[in-house]
Amino acid sequence: MITVEGVTRKYGSFTAVDDVTFTAHVGRVTGFLGPNGAGKSTTMRIMVGLTRATAGTITISGRHYVDLPNPGLDVGVLLDASAQHAGRTGREILTIAQQYMGLPRSRVDEMLDVVSLTPSEASRRVGNYSLGMRQRLGIATALIGDPSVLILDEPANGLDPAGIRWMRDLLRSYADRGGTVLLSSHLLHEIEVIADDIVMIGNGKIVSQGTKTELLHAAGTVVRAADLPRLDRALGQLAIATTRSQAGALLTDVDPVLVGKVALEAGVALSELRTADAGLEDMFLALTATSPREGTTT
Amino acid sequence: MSAVTASSPQRLYPVRRRVPLTRVTKVELRKMFNTRSGFWLMASIVISAVLATGGVILWAPDDQLTYSTFATAIRFPVVIILPLIAILAVTSEWSQRAGLTTFTLIPHRSRIITAKAISSVLIAFAATVLAFAVGALGNLLSAGVTGTTPVWNVTLTQCLYYLLGMLLSLLTGFMLGVLLRSSTGAIVAYFVLTFVLPIVFGLLGDNQLWFHDLQPWIDIQFAQGGLFVFERALTAEQWAHIAVTGVTWLLLPMAIGLGFATRAEVK
Repeated sequence: MITVEGVTRKYGSFTAVDDVTFTAHVGRVTGFLGPNGAGKSTTMRIMVGLTRATAGTITISGRHYVDLPNPGLDVGVLLDASAQHAGRTGREILTIAQQYMGLPRSRVDEMLDVVSLTPSEASRRVGNYSLGMRQRLGIATALIGDPSVLILDEPANGLDPAGIRWMRDLLRSYADRGGTVLLSSHLLHEIEVIADDIVMIGNGKIVSQGTKTELLHAAGTVVRAADLPRLDRALGQLAIATTRSQAGALLTDVDPVLVGKVALEAGVALSELRTADAGLEDMFLALTATSPREGTTT
Repeated sequence: MSAVTASSPQRLYPVRRRVPLTRVTKVELRKMFNTRSGFWLMASIVISAVLATGGVILWAPDDQLTYSTFATAIRFPVVIILPLIAILAVTSEWSQRAGLTTFTLIPHRSRIITAKAISSVLIAFAATVLAFAVGALGNLLSAGVTGTTPVWNVTLTQCLYYLLGMLLSLLTGFMLGVLLRSSTGAIVAYFVLTFVLPIVFGLLGDNQLWFHDLQPWIDIQFAQGGLFVFERALTAEQWAHIAVTGVTWLLLPMAIGLGFATRAEVK
């Protein structure tokens, strides 16, 4: 479990992180979502003691990171997959982590296998790696000590679709076995696919947080039908307010299940019924619109 | 993509013990060799020692083919390469950003820097042993070639002076690495400190009477000159020169650098 309490980080008059409070729970994947420069990385760096907080505290399973006797065995960290000595081979980088932590040598090969780096890839120097390979190596370094908490900054960057799928499955099963995962991303879709809980940050402040279902529910339901006016009347009789979208669908605040039942009773054939994700997306777009760094991928 | 085989969290390694400094030092030592640049720097110590020995055998006049000549010749390249090794050991954490991983695995940076200092000193010891060993081989070989008895004109005290000289030059590099935390900056500063500054001080000392007497107290290279001369023991005053310049040029900047290095963000 990661507990972030009132964390603030100032650089001169600029506030990079402003009174951020949230918890990443055991057994869940928490997505840390925000545009570039929102303060995600700074918050994560404070978590692992690389940057000092101006105010506030962060504990990992109740302890400060710097007090952990052998941090790699408790927390797996991947902050920047490119931050490695380019002249070292992938295997050497893993070996260094294995030796710092005092793990058996065999663990290096096990981890190379877990992240699907072949022996010939592992003996190449990291300077020749693609970003996707660096991410895999970074994940291997984070997992090698068999930690119970994972902190990953933009781990899906540079992965191909199959790689993103692989990472999703890996993190999902890791959380299901009782691990805590905090991962950041500037892509809403990525977080939506992987995370159970979402913490959205913009300009250093938390804008919204909750479980994915909560946040998506808050956005309501989108429904389309052959006879839309009839469905609209049926909903109106139950005092369910609706609005007509520009694309010709009906939007309401209530649960899709309820809308489906109403449609069934009214005898209206539906052509589409889904949770509207527009709420989260609108909020995210509003955030990125104020940020000049929109769309960059670093 | 292979199946995920990592076992369940918190089962594999339940024991939590503080990472001992010996282990950190061992890893730091390994890190000095396992990059391409690191490996070739180490190799260049051996190569240049052999080349210098060969040069002495080929070109030195026969009456100067003594052990001290070999040791002096080998010293020149080695004393330049050693500080570079110390510089890169420290600065790669920042310049190559490897520190992002290092400082998260060992969150107390002073321990990493201590381990780097210990491993650099070990390298300096090894380099000194190597210099004397290669020099001895050269001495035997040249005596065999010229058909004379080899001259072993180096005392144990002189060996220790030599070692101290090696250590001090290595520490100069280490200090610059810690203070500047940038490979290029530290290497340039090192060459200015060891090659440009002594010339400036030398000119000053030759032309300005007031500086002439001060020079050994200010010029660290000048103060250490006696360490590599296989002639006489150092006087108490010469030791004082080494101590004073060591404090001002090594310890003080090192203390300032440590303050920065333990706080500086690894970006």
